[in-house]
Amino acid sequence: MKYLEMNHVKKSFDGLDVLKDISLSVEEGEVVSIIGPSGSGKTTLLRCATLLETMDCGDLAYLGESAAAIVDGRSVYQKPAQLAKIREKFGLVFQNFNLFPHFTVMKNITDAPIHVQKRPKDEVYREARGLLEKMGLADKESAYPCQLSGGQCQRVAIARALALNPRVLFFDEPTSALDPELTGEVLKVIRSLAQMHITMVIVTHEMAFARDISDRVIFMDGGVVALEGTPSEVFESDNPRMREFLGHYARV
Amino acid sequence: MSFSVMLTQLSAGMVKTVGIFALTLIFSLPLGFLICFGRMAKKGVAGKAAGIFFRAYISVMRGTPLMLQLMVVYFGPFFLFGMSIGSNWRFPAIIIGFSLNYAAYFAEIYRSGIESMPIGQYEAAKLLGYSKPQTFFKIILPQVIKRILPAVTNEVITLVKDTSLAYALAYAEMFTIAKQIVASKSDFMPFIIAAVFYYIFNLIVAMVMEYIEKRLNYYH
Ligand SMILES: Nc1ncnc2c1ncn2[C@@H]1O[C@H](COP(=O)(O)OP(=O)(O)O)[C@@H](O)[C@H]1O
Ligand SMILES: [Mg+2]
Repeated sequence: MKYLEMNHVKKSFDGLDVLKDISLSVEEGEVVSIIGPSGSGKTTLLRCATLLETMDCGDLAYLGESAAAIVDGRSVYQKPAQLAKIREKFGLVFQNFNLFPHFTVMKNITDAPIHVQKRPKDEVYREARGLLEKMGLADKESAYPCQLSGGQCQRVAIARALALNPRVLFFDEPTSALDPELTGEVLKVIRSLAQMHITMVIVTHEMAFARDISDRVIFMDGGVVALEGTPSEVFESDNPRMREFLGHYARV
Repeated sequence: MSFSVMLTQLSAGMVKTVGIFALTLIFSLPLGFLICFGRMAKKGVAGKAAGIFFRAYISVMRGTPLMLQLMVVYFGPFFLFGMSIGSNWRFPAIIIGFSLNYAAYFAEIYRSGIESMPIGQYEAAKLLGYSKPQTFFKIILPQVIKRILPAVTNEVITLVKDTSLAYALAYAEMFTIAKQIVASKSDFMPFIIAAVFYYIFNLIVAMVMEYIEKRLNYYH
């Protein structure tokens, strides 16, 4: 089943065309990585998919439920109540975490399940402890975000997103704000999610990681999908823009 | 006049000073929020109109002397509507004048606090499904309070001293009484006692605010 489907997405900011007719679909259990030079529109695409940004044109659906459809060449969105229901289907992990600094780790994770989803407290806490264990943060539940390293914060943010049981989890450069020695711990957690067949869309600059865990890789360039396929198809392609892009990494 | 009589009279004035102070805060702190929301409203014709109205309100309140505003509130009903104003009107006029003025300052402090919040906090809340009121009251407001506390402390300390402006309406708060005794007894002492009173009052205010700031220091 298609968990996410976006078609003909266009988005411009003050006359600057950032997304030029992009389509993206993700199957249940699939791990899709999006790579590409900075400014190519990766973040904008994720923000459109997660309803943080409105598309100029394009349709968007989760598990067959439409969030927006094209009418006369423009996107028309569903009513807020319907969009709120669709928001439950996905989660997003931000580059800079966006944890709530005045909440403990535990409250960051449990507050939305309890007060938004209205699930029973003890069940939510039990699940949250399980998540923290998986993230290697079992001893941090009463810490505040300011007492944690960047890598720990990002793992809390991942746990916070997972606690709502999203069908699709998006990551926007989850390790870009971290010191190099801390990226490994976050990538390891994401890898473990892939093994659990959680459906994920990951924007990343970690090429080896993307190649390793993805079922499919999308190379974006200049607001279009320049290349799409299995990791080996994409990374071994002789598309000149892809070769040039990878060249920047080879030189580092 | 003996020192102890002086002290007793000034203490009676001090009670009234504290009354102005406390009532002004009780009214102006929440009123500031309403003005702030009006000032930040943008949606629709009503929102734009509110935005313009409250921007002008804040500008006038901050741009004219508080003493003059007190006079306008006190004498306004007479000059504008020909109503008779008795001494019963004096105290309410003072509280209304102070509250309207301080609410304008608080509104701008609240606005700067709300606007300083990173957009990411709103976006994270939206992604997690929080409603708009939940986002404001659970996520944004607690952080805004922490951010604006130093600015609020400044205003509150200014208010302690501004209460003396009530002498313009001959209300018997401490400063008015001090001035009367100095004039009638040609004794400078009441001013010194008043200064000590104001200073101690502000010391207590500063301590309370510092305590609250410390209580909110569990995160940054
Ligand atoms: N809110 C915005 N307003 C104006 N321009 C924007 C906005 N968001 C992104 N852009 C522009 O869109 C382009 C693509 O940005 P982005 O999607 O962040 O790319 P990437 O994530 O691939 O680096 C950039 O040129 C950026 O400056
Ligand atoms: Mg980006």
